[in-house]
Amino acid sequence: MSSIASLTITQIPAEAEALRAEVRAFLTEATAKIPAHIRAKSWSGFDPEFSKALGAKGWLGMTFPKEYGGGGRTAFERYVLVEEFLNFGAPVGSHWIAERQSGPLLLKYGTDEQKRTILPKIAQGELYCCIGMSEPNSGSDLASVKTRAEKNDQGWLLNGQKIWTTNAHHCHYMIALVRTSGTTEDRQKGLSQVLVDLSLPGITVRPIEDLAGDSHFCEVFFDNVQLSADALVGNEGQGWEQVNAELAFERSGPERIFSSVVLFDQWLAYIRTPAGKRPESTRLAGQILTRMAPLRAMSIAIQEKLARHESPIVEAALVKDQGTVLEQYIPAAIADDLLSRDEADVPFELMQTLTYVTHIAPCYTLRGGTRSILRGMIARGLGLR
Amino acid sequence: MDNMFSDALGQLLAEQCTPAVVRQIEGGADAAALWAQIAESGFADALVPESADGAGMVLKDACALWELIGRHALPLPLAETMLVRGWLAQAGASLPEGAIAMAPRARQAGGQVSAVGVRCAKVAQWVAVELGGETRLLAAAAASQTPAVFPLDAGLSWPEAVWTAAPVVPGAGDLQVAQAMVYAALLSGALMTCFERTLQFANERQQFGRPIGKFQIIQHELAQISEHAFSSRMAAQIACESRTLTPDPVRVAVGKARTSEAVVVVADFSHSIHGAIGFTAEFDLQLYTRRLHHWRVTAGSESHWHDVAGEALLADPSPLALDLIRRVSDAEASV
Ligand SMILES: Cc1cc2nc3c(=O)[nH]c(=O)nc-3n(C[C@H](O)[C@H](O)[C@H](O)COP(=O)(O)OP(=O)(O)OC[C@H]3O[C@@H](n4cnc5c(N)ncnc54)[C@H](O)[C@@H]3O)c2cc1C
Repeated sequence: MSSIASLTITQIPAEAEALRAEVRAFLTEATAKIPAHIRAKSWSGFDPEFSKALGAKGWLGMTFPKEYGGGGRTAFERYVLVEEFLNFGAPVGSHWIAERQSGPLLLKYGTDEQKRTILPKIAQGELYCCIGMSEPNSGSDLASVKTRAEKNDQGWLLNGQKIWTTNAHHCHYMIALVRTSGTTEDRQKGLSQVLVDLSLPGITVRPIEDLAGDSHFCEVFFDNVQLSADALVGNEGQGWEQVNAELAFERSGPERIFSSVVLFDQWLAYIRTPAGKRPESTRLAGQILTRMAPLRAMSIAIQEKLARHESPIVEAALVKDQGTVLEQYIPAAIADDLLSRDEADVPFELMQTLTYVTHIAPCYTLRGGTRSILRGMIARGLGLR
Repeated sequence: MDNMFSDALGQLLAEQCTPAVVRQIEGGADAAALWAQIAESGFADALVPESADGAGMVLKDACALWELIGRHALPLPLAETMLVRGWLAQAGASLPEGAIAMAPRARQAGGQVSAVGVRCAKVAQWVAVELGGETRLLAAAAASQTPAVFPLDAGLSWPEAVWTAAPVVPGAGDLQVAQAMVYAALLSGALMTCFERTLQFANERQQFGRPIGKFQIIQHELAQISEHAFSSRMAAQIACESRTLTPDPVRVAVGKARTSEAVVVVADFSHSIHGAIGFTAEFDLQLYTRRLHHWRVTAGSESHWHDVAGEALLADPSPLALDLIRRVSDAEASV
């Protein structure tokens, strides 16, 4: 009846847990001086020096094979690291997409040349990538992308526009979903992924300011950009399948549970003080805990399935939808708790963190596929479509 | 072994605990025949050590069995019985015949020991009663009954002398924690049944020339039901995560709070998707949704357990909530 397999409680293997103490010691020191409202940015916080430091420690590209500069380690070891990064609010934004999404994609579909030139630098924290899927008229409906790469004698000629491209202004490469044949009427057919060196002539990148005043996502214009023949990632015409596989991987990780956790911990620190403690607040803390813990248990159970090469796509969508709803609930509920008191009693840094998280929270259910799109995917998994 | 066990219990309940049987017993019919079949199957001794002729299961293994009991709306306190028999056998005490209900937080006044709303009191022979931190086993027949809000339940009251003479149940610990654990698992089963029945209904019921499951709003409501059902199933596993017969109170807080919290959404959407038919006594949905609401408030509603979880979080010395979350959401290490 449904394709949802049951998830069984499990635990992170001991050899992966063994990493936690060392990472934590490093992060405790590295983030000590960063105020909470900045730490709250975490995966949109851009800090190349920090990325390089992680690279030097061997904490990036851990799961890539050693021949491509990776650590050849397990997905669970990476899980532990990422969980710690997010809970400390470490600024992982520079390498985030390259390490988590583009690297694995290239490993799966890239040519040997692409892997040899790109992966080692990702693992060193020196090469950043962005994802060019969305366009002004193609958001949820990616099959309608218009940006084209036409075959010519030197390779591919790229024309079109991408939007909402996270960190395009800081990145070295974009992996773009483009039309290589047919028209938008052909939908999924005729789409391919190409690796675009963003230093090529004909590319214009314009950051867009978000409502919190940050500029992390961009418009990217391609005007007769000449790509070489080996820019193609994977197979021509297989872009749709590749993109879907890519998205499935990124939906159930700790980043779908812990986006608001820096705020949560800060608020907990306050309600632990005699001035901050109130029964209503204790109850709210418990409510958030009792929603979060089962999601983490599910996320780890999914991770285990992924490690066994199963593809729990629907389960991952289930976790992402609930995780992001909880991540959005946290600032809303904490605001209600804090401002049922006198604002003068609330620490200013906590208010500042709250305000930042409140403002950016809408993006949690947009990035990586909107809430409605995920619910549609779950419905498909349930056999309703 | 676990799967064989749950397959067998699932089959037994599917055959013997049909909706018709559930209705009869809820209506006051004698439950003895159903209990006899279950007793004969040996499931009441699932948690009894192998050395005492039981199946030697621990809480972690029992979760799947309790879920099945919830799935089939069994009108008997089999889950509670398993647990109390496990505790008794573990201590080498003798095992009584018959079903055992649980009454945590009993009170003592006017020469009586009494408890309100004792779950399944009308179909139990024994009651594990907790008073002042101690649990004793009292005969249900020795109590006078007062009405309760659910048909299988009753308020019970014993003369103090009965309490004083009753044997202690060693190892019962905080009985409300244990009962909350059991009902988290029962809830997860009943939530799953509501989800599956509603999904099936949405695929069958046609309006405007197609199954209602083809409408996006229904799909999204079902997606949300499934999210609550699957999270609840994980939460129930968290509640039962113990390789002994003693539950962990913080894990139980997570499990009971999360499953209780799922109830209102799942029951609401299940009823709305079923339309008017789901509102009838004749249609089976009500057997499960009435239980959902009842079990939600059994052994403490979600807010009670939010308080417990919140206190634990505030008392935790780590500045990262992650550390308590890890402690409750990772399985116990095997030894
Ligand atoms: C912070 C941030 C970072 C991002 N980074 C990137 C990036 O790096 N690369 C990239 O390519 N994109 C990125 N995006 C874009 C993101 O993937 C899109 O915003 C998302 O896919 C939604 O597309 P849209 O904004 O065009 O909304 P639309 O698709 O126009 O949707 C608007 C609303 O309509 C709903 N809707 C649309 N179709 C349906 C349907 N069939 N059924 C029901 N409801 C529907 C949606 O759920 C939504 O509520 C980012 C977005 C944000 C906010």
